[in-house]
Amino acid sequence: MRKNLIPILVIILVACMLTVLTRVKASNTSTRWSGVDETVVEKFAAQAGHPARKPYINTDHGDMLLFVFLTGGMVGGFIGGYCFRELFPPSTKAKE
Amino acid sequence: MKRMFGFRRMVFWTTLVWTIGMVITIPAPAQAMHIAEGILPVPWAGFWFLIAIPFVAIGMRELRNRAENTPEIKPLVGLVGAAVFVISCMPIPVPIAGTCSHPCGTGLAAIIIGPWLTVVISSIALLLQALFLAHGGLTTLGANIASMGIAGAFVGYGVFHGLRRVGVSWLVAAFLAGVLSDWATYSVTSFELASALHGSGSMEIMFKAILLAFVPTQAPLGILEGFLTMGAYRFISMRRPDLLRRLAEKVTS
Repeated sequence: MRKNLIPILVIILVACMLTVLTRVKASNTSTRWSGVDETVVEKFAAQAGHPARKPYINTDHGDMLLFVFLTGGMVGGFIGGYCFRELFPPSTKAKE
Repeated sequence: MKRMFGFRRMVFWTTLVWTIGMVITIPAPAQAMHIAEGILPVPWAGFWFLIAIPFVAIGMRELRNRAENTPEIKPLVGLVGAAVFVISCMPIPVPIAGTCSHPCGTGLAAIIIGPWLTVVISSIALLLQALFLAHGGLTTLGANIASMGIAGAFVGYGVFHGLRRVGVSWLVAAFLAGVLSDWATYSVTSFELASALHGSGSMEIMFKAILLAFVPTQAPLGILEGFLTMGAYRFISMRRPDLLRRLAEKVTS
């Protein structure tokens, strides 16, 4: 019973955190939760007359960027998990 | 042991829900230290490539040598490489600043596999991000390798081993290695931008202005990276202390 409660408590905790985070007021709503590349790097570059230009392979169209980010995360996660299992085999389960 | 499995399950669920939550609530993937395409003038972009290439070449040679002598190095490099790739493109919201940024993971990587191999895995991660994730740029790849791969790795490695040598506990050393490698990355990014873009103005003033602009987001994230480094190092030292010992011997030799 206690084991089943842990994921539920974690979900509630994270949901609360996200609710708070998504309601935090940034100094400028247009830059709310922007990356510091936009609020710092690109801002200073634009002021110096060297604005960022579009990437050569521009995946920033609609949901395409979300797709490539999730794919990248998934592939990275699989590779990491595969190597992790090789380095840290579940010895305790094998003994049981 | 049961407690450990419970803790692991909690970490798994937290990570899963946090990732899904972030994907849902953040409308566009944010970037951080990566300098985007076209920001650096061509001579400066070329200069940073010239700086980065020897480090990558030495790292490639070391990877080949160590792969022959240490069989565990391949899965370890794979694991650390995947971690650096994912960590360095994962935007984390910082409530006090209202912006997002990402840790780099290079301090952790450097104390586990050494700074030279960290340069190699950072280069691969940054290349993939520039090619497919609209994250960083191909022309600015050299500058991004210099800040994240070289500065982050060597500062993290230097801090960890320097502090260990003077008797500081590995817990504190790993924490400070994570914090300072993160801050070093952003300091070098500030220097790269200021040196290339100051024009007729003062480079020093521009450097300080960029660095100060990074502080509200990067100060807490650096501390987070310190805890991440400390936790990961503690996990490996508890599960595979033999591996860390062997790796340390190979790096120092």
